[in-house]
Amino acid sequence: MAFLTLTNIQKSFGLVQVVHNFNMGIEKGEFVSFLGPSGCGKTTILRMIAGFETPSGGSVVINGKDQGALKPNQRNIGMVFQAYALFPNMNVHDNVAFGLKVAGASKTDIDIRVKQMLGLIKLEHLADRFPYQLSGGQQQRVALARALAVKPQVLLLDEPLSALDAKIRISLREEIRQIQQQLGITTVFVTHDQEEALSISDRIVVMNAGRADQIGTPFEIYNTPATRFVASFVGTLNIIEGKVADPATGAVTIGGQRIALKEPIAGLKGGDSISLALRPEAASIAEGSKGDTSLPGEVVSTSFLGSVIRTKLRVGDDVISFDMFNDPGITPPVAGENVSLRFAAKDLLVIRE
Amino acid sequence: MKAQRLGAWIAIAIGASYFIIPLLGTLEFSLRMRRGAYSFDAYESVFADLQFRETFGYSMLMAVLTIAFGMLLVVPTAYWVRLRLPQVRPIVEFVTLLPLVIPAIVIVFGYLRLYNSSSILPLTGSTSGTNALLMFSYMTLSLPYMYRAVDTAMRAIDVRTLTEAAESLGAKWPTILFRCIFPNVMSGVLSGAFITFAIVMGEFTMAALLNRPAFGPYLQLVGANKAYEPSALAVIAFAITWLSMGLIQLVSRFQKSASPKA
Amino acid sequence: MTTTTATAPLINKRAVIDWLGIAPFAIFALMFLIVPTLYLVTGAFLTPEGTFTFKNLADLFTPTILSAYWISIRVSVASSLGGALIGFFLAWAIVLGGVPNWIRSGLLTFSGVASNFAGVPLAFAFLSTLGRTGLVTVFLRDWFGFNLYGTGFNLLSFFGLTITYMYFQIPLMVLILTPALDGLKKEWREAAEILGASTWQYWRMVALPILWPSLLGTTLLLFANAFGAIATAYALTGSSLNIVPILLYAQIRGDVLHNPNLGYALALGMIVITGISNILYIWLRMRAERWQK
Repeated sequence: MAFLTLTNIQKSFGLVQVVHNFNMGIEKGEFVSFLGPSGCGKTTILRMIAGFETPSGGSVVINGKDQGALKPNQRNIGMVFQAYALFPNMNVHDNVAFGLKVAGASKTDIDIRVKQMLGLIKLEHLADRFPYQLSGGQQQRVALARALAVKPQVLLLDEPLSALDAKIRISLREEIRQIQQQLGITTVFVTHDQEEALSISDRIVVMNAGRADQIGTPFEIYNTPATRFVASFVGTLNIIEGKVADPATGAVTIGGQRIALKEPIAGLKGGDSISLALRPEAASIAEGSKGDTSLPGEVVSTSFLGSVIRTKLRVGDDVISFDMFNDPGITPPVAGENVSLRFAAKDLLVIRE
Repeated sequence: MKAQRLGAWIAIAIGASYFIIPLLGTLEFSLRMRRGAYSFDAYESVFADLQFRETFGYSMLMAVLTIAFGMLLVVPTAYWVRLRLPQVRPIVEFVTLLPLVIPAIVIVFGYLRLYNSSSILPLTGSTSGTNALLMFSYMTLSLPYMYRAVDTAMRAIDVRTLTEAAESLGAKWPTILFRCIFPNVMSGVLSGAFITFAIVMGEFTMAALLNRPAFGPYLQLVGANKAYEPSALAVIAFAITWLSMGLIQLVSRFQKSASPKA
Repeated sequence: MTTTTATAPLINKRAVIDWLGIAPFAIFALMFLIVPTLYLVTGAFLTPEGTFTFKNLADLFTPTILSAYWISIRVSVASSLGGALIGFFLAWAIVLGGVPNWIRSGLLTFSGVASNFAGVPLAFAFLSTLGRTGLVTVFLRDWFGFNLYGTGFNLLSFFGLTITYMYFQIPLMVLILTPALDGLKKEWREAAEILGASTWQYWRMVALPILWPSLLGTTLLLFANAFGAIATAYALTGSSLNIVPILLYAQIRGDVLHNPNLGYALALGMIVITGISNILYIWLRMRAERWQK
């Protein structure tokens, strides 16, 4: 059995069900991210693990022990909040010491542990400062030290980076990951930022409207999104709409052109709409680029988005939008130009709605 | 969680009964004048009293004058301090809070000594002089509330930008002040006005010691000499306070809906 | 403030106009607030003939005046502590007690009214309620055979005055403390809880230390508020209760102390007491705001 097991978790607020039948096992030392837009239920699951919300159904088991009857202050869980939530009346030392103090640890033990924790987040020199004298990044590191000081069995991070500047966000997430691996602590991280989730997680849960659309490693989530929602929320994948021509052979039509996929299509019949994903790096409009398939079309518009160039292309009666990687060597297409989109049919990925 | 909610309800219940019972008591008492039956006799007696009408009218007039002159003093000052003299703001704010620190009875004591009939400015020597002094004393009493109300309203509208816009269109100072600033801080002015009204209508110390026929001393006089009329008057006074505060709520709510947050 | 205008000929014209702009306010404040007060303060240190003396202040330490100050302070302390305590629980109930929203807005609106409902009418209200023929007195007598006045209770006493003053003290506390309680972030409580703290530990180690300046400061404000109040007490007790404002009132009307300058000293004593509590209030408020960021 996994270290942290969530079984058939449900949660309703009044008539609104925000979490539907959620199941997952998290291994000891694993870093799992819950990723999704706001209101998808990810924070609610985190708060049910912490004990701030009571599940309407299902169970939370940590290290073999059912947490249902335990209050938050009996669960030995560490938590870091989005809005820092440091105690404003205490300095950094006392904030980190709080959990140890309420547990009744001796003063010498507290001092040793606090020193160790401040060393971990490299803020020993700020022990006497008050929260209002610290930057947001410093405050959040102190909050992390405070959560870890009590040696929790699980660490919960509730969008801890959302309130910070872009640069601090990246450096702090690397720091969090490094500390997590150093301590080997089981961690659940909630975020709406896919880049954040992809960069520090062992596994990602993509949440959509109270359900897990996909659970997998960052590699799986990015490269083989299970649903259209996952593909659009996580990736920069191009979604191309087509119609099923022959499910048995895996033939589809895109913009009136017949293309053979690498495998048969299950669950759909001829004439159904189908969404296909194509990674940007697998497609090109450059002359002479490789690929067994080519879709001729007319450029409707292009927009420059930094790392990618987004082009809308009219193919037959459909307009498909696709991103290609920016490269100083390429000539961006202009509206009205006739081009061909080339790719290998085997790179097309069928995604569920 | 349950115990907490129960505790909250108990606190509310105790608080509410402490607040409501005296009001009920007053109302009940004011209806008891006729033996054996509830009646409005006490109210009739109050309204029939010539002195009631005179003192009530006098205090109303005083309230109106206090509000008018108070606003003429407070609005330009608050405006000027925001616009040109931000460095004296702490001092001005401190001075406006002084009437909360110095008890009213002390202030009026000072007036009586400073402006007596043998001083250089013998305000208390004549009726009109004493009336003026009473009005000034009311302005002093209401200063903390008026200044705060107006200043808060000014903070909300960014007077500097408004003034510069008016100036760039060629407006002169009086136009700016009366056509641009006053209307825009109207909610503050009105809040300040209503609270001033409530204060002046019930004020006792100043008027009693300056010997003016105001509503407050009249209330005290009735209280010392009659049985049921005081309760009727307390109900009336409470209604006046409710009305003033209710109007403040209304005005501030109106202001909130009129200026959506950017 | 106005002195700058006169003594600074080198300052340019614009600066002069700037300072002239607040001249009306400065003159008003001087004439009707500052000079009258200073007049009394200096008068407290002068003999009727105008020579410097500490005798007036020394004379404050006579039994009548001392007992007046003592009763005043007791009433003010009792009504401010009582008001603060009950006001705190009411504010707590509407902010954190999970009661419906209409109760919250109802109580706040009522507090706005009641905190301004002081003076003579308030005395009438309590006379009609707890006086010898008041509603509650009669109700207790007729329904429970309980004679309130038989227990030694008297509205025209220290206890009666304290209960009456609390009618405007409690609402004032509610009005000032509600925003402070609103400022307690939910995350502080949750952070304390998840770190293992009990509700009591959270209140003792986090919430009360944060609220402490607001609580103490507001209590001081209530104290000053009660200490300077006269109308309610005068209408309630006439001159039978010997509190400082009533003594000063009698002195102003008829020089009952037979020394006008002793009256100034009496006034100075009031200013000092309300002044100290207000300065402490402002100082504590600034401390409290530091955490509100």
